[in-house]
Amino acid sequence: MSTVWTVLPYLAALALVGGTVWRWRYDKFGWTTRSSELYESRLLRLASPVFHYGILFVFVGHIVGLFVPDSWTSALGIGEHPYHLLSLYGGTAAGALTVLGIAVLLYRRRTNGPVFRATTANDKVMYLVLTAAIVLGMWAKLAHSSGNGYNYRLTIAPWLRSLFTFQPDTALMAGVPVLYQVHVVVGLVLLALVPYTRLIHIFSAPIHYLFRPYIVYRSRDVGRPGTRDDRRGWERVP
Amino acid sequence: MARNSAAPGRRVKAQIAMVMNLDKCIGCHTCSVTCKQTWTNRAGVEYVWFNNVETRPGQGYPRRWEDQRKLRGGWELNKRGRLKLTSGGRFKKLATIFANPVMPGIKDYYEPWTYDYRNLTNAPLGDDTPVARPRSLISGKPMKIEWSANWDDDLGGAPQYGECDPVVEKLHAQEARASVEEKIRFSFEQSFMFYLPRICEHCLNPSCVASCPSGAMYKRSEDGIVLVDQDRCRGWRMCVTGCPYKKVYFNHTTGKAEKCTMCYPRIEVGLPTVCSETCVGRLRYLGVVLYDQDRVLEAATTPDEQDLYEAQLGVLLDPEDPEVRRDAELAGIPYDWIEAARNSPVHALISRYRVALPLHPEYRTLPMVWYVPPLSPVVEALSETGHDGEDAGNLFGAIDSLRIPLDYLAELFTAGDTGPVRTALERLAAMRSHMRRINLGEESGAEDEDAARRVGMRPQEIEALYRLLAIAKYEERYVIPTAALGDADRLEESALPGGCSLDVEGGPGMGGSGPFGEESGPVAPASVENFHALRDRQTTDAPAGRHTAHRVNLLNWDGNGRPEGLFPKRKRASRDSEGERR
Ligand code: HEM
Ligand code: SF4
Ligand code: SF4
Repeated sequence: MSTVWTVLPYLAALALVGGTVWRWRYDKFGWTTRSSELYESRLLRLASPVFHYGILFVFVGHIVGLFVPDSWTSALGIGEHPYHLLSLYGGTAAGALTVLGIAVLLYRRRTNGPVFRATTANDKVMYLVLTAAIVLGMWAKLAHSSGNGYNYRLTIAPWLRSLFTFQPDTALMAGVPVLYQVHVVVGLVLLALVPYTRLIHIFSAPIHYLFRPYIVYRSRDVGRPGTRDDRRGWERVP
Repeated sequence: MARNSAAPGRRVKAQIAMVMNLDKCIGCHTCSVTCKQTWTNRAGVEYVWFNNVETRPGQGYPRRWEDQRKLRGGWELNKRGRLKLTSGGRFKKLATIFANPVMPGIKDYYEPWTYDYRNLTNAPLGDDTPVARPRSLISGKPMKIEWSANWDDDLGGAPQYGECDPVVEKLHAQEARASVEEKIRFSFEQSFMFYLPRICEHCLNPSCVASCPSGAMYKRSEDGIVLVDQDRCRGWRMCVTGCPYKKVYFNHTTGKAEKCTMCYPRIEVGLPTVCSETCVGRLRYLGVVLYDQDRVLEAATTPDEQDLYEAQLGVLLDPEDPEVRRDAELAGIPYDWIEAARNSPVHALISRYRVALPLHPEYRTLPMVWYVPPLSPVVEALSETGHDGEDAGNLFGAIDSLRIPLDYLAELFTAGDTGPVRTALERLAAMRSHMRRINLGEESGAEDEDAARRVGMRPQEIEALYRLLAIAKYEERYVIPTAALGDADRLEESALPGGCSLDVEGGPGMGGSGPFGEESGPVAPASVENFHALRDRQTTDAPAGRHTAHRVNLLNWDGNGRPEGLFPKRKRASRDSEGERR
């Protein structure tokens, strides 16, 4: 069992980084949100922002929860109980938004003819894993919410950080409730899938839009007939 | 670099622009079809027409694209008079990126379909003739065809749909305010109509480019063509909303934006665009215009919408002005592009004769496809009433009294200011009667002289305009410098008129040597080297190359002596030639 907590995370990291590099090099053309707004916009306009704001908040919550050690927040004078309350209410609210959003998105995907027709097998796998990760996370959180709740900051978080120093401390994961364990595993699978699915759009969040001039001028690429680099295997004979 | 030009620091840019002469459009849709065959005959863009021809009055394609209050394309001025995207600034764009709040849906274009052709051959034997039912290319289901890119072609359904034309709506609202009786009517005898072919405007201030969060859309610096980098587009769809002409489309299969490319692969080799080349009416003109990049923003910010046409004219530069030509060369525009700008039919129709007008300048994108407004609705109305539709006097009177076509055209081309439209129509009217007199061999009457004077043109100018509009040949309608020549020119460096060719940036000045000896510093242009070499030669008796600081090449070699390195060494000739073959 303990090998899961050593091998899986590194495999996921490898798939994530390697896959992203591969996609960047060989499939920039496929790198898109594959928006379905052209087919249907009423539900999407509601559900997509709800889901995205929810999941982005959840993401920030994960970063804070997993990468800010217990001792830091204590040093700031934030005790275990207030932290728990923040995490319970804030986290649950964000999680609820996410679940609501993805529920409507899934409903829309299944029931709207054109949207369903444009859904690939790849999308289906992605949705399965994504929904599982979200639902398991909410479930685990709510199932252990009595008292101060399950304090993953003493087990899962230090284990995760120990991965980054290449000294995985699997003992920390031994006593973790099963729901949390499954959530972690599905979460790792989701991370591994990101570069190979439409989720790749996460990495192109266009923050630089805030800083560039409005009108972009670009020179014609002299000496290259096309607008993009030659595809591998299709390089021109010099 | 000391330059005493009229507009210091002026950044001249070249733009490939188009003019369409609406009087000649017969609404045959050949341009649309050939463009589609070339660019959008693929899955995902079935509903896309980079070129479409719409009947006006009419809703257009996509439906009611001019309704910017709803579709929010283009630019507007904010309270402080600054330019902002109508659909919202950078923060709003990012905050609403997860679902574009105002994107036209497929139904606003039309649901593309195919027919169940297989049923024609596969249907079991029966009493009924098998039919090929329409089947949606979006949902794959059988569908009822209720709308398409040209549903209201030739005013089809106008009694029902005519009022949906945003321009008609606006005019009616104005009429209601002024309580005018006369209204645009869509009954058969009372209606007027004309065709409006539309492509991407390749705007000087493109709001599609400004809306793209990824920075995937760009305006080419050489020719102003606006393109989408397919490798950088991430499918945020903000450009679709941003373009007020709705000329960026979303490919629902690839998930990327696509738009009219101005057929750049053709333009680059000097060929006209497919839509121009195949135009049956030969109503399209292509050419270079020069403009001042630094004045674009200022012009787009003009407070009064009705001044935008003049402001845009002010951004365009006159290539006959030597100062402009010099600034253009300094800005790196190749010589043959500048020459092309001088011969540009587009420049002539827009700036010299002022008969071409921009489409909806009030969107503030400074569009670069201009239109010669149609005189035919006026001529037709005149002829129907039994008057001579080619008589200047009659025409002038009719242009004024036929308020509806004039108002309608003004809403399209000058934000409602009838002045420039009237001027353009009057010039066309004057041209008509002037040319008829010539063709019929009539004596020049005082009336005609009057007509010419009234429109502010000399008879020769009128004849030149006629030549351009009526009989211009292929090479006169399409004056397109090639990109390859442009590149070659850039490599060559030409002498700047009115400037010194030695004044190149970081050039060798008079010394000809970089900070670390002769081979250091940037490469000197050949003409600079030659200049120094020739001067050295005139002031020395020694064979070339011996005492001079410059390489000797065949161009500046005076035949005196055998300069180092100019010829291969004599003795080991065979080895050297072998080396050369490598
Ligand atoms: C980081 C910034 C992000 C941006 C700007 C963004 C933007 C978008 C956009 C524009 C769409 C297309 C919606 C449409 O028109 O159909 C989309 C779809 C989607 N995004 Fe994101 N996204 C982000 C992050 C994420 C994250 C973190 C996740 C989940 C882990 C996610 C999951 C999805 C899913 C599942 C869809 C498909 C929705 C559907 O059509 O069913 N996104 N996203
Ligand atoms: S007309 Fe063309 S250049 Fe202008 S905003 Fe629309 S897509 Fe962009
Ligand atoms: S310029 Fe080319 S791409 Fe654009 S509308 Fe014409 S034919 Fe189509």
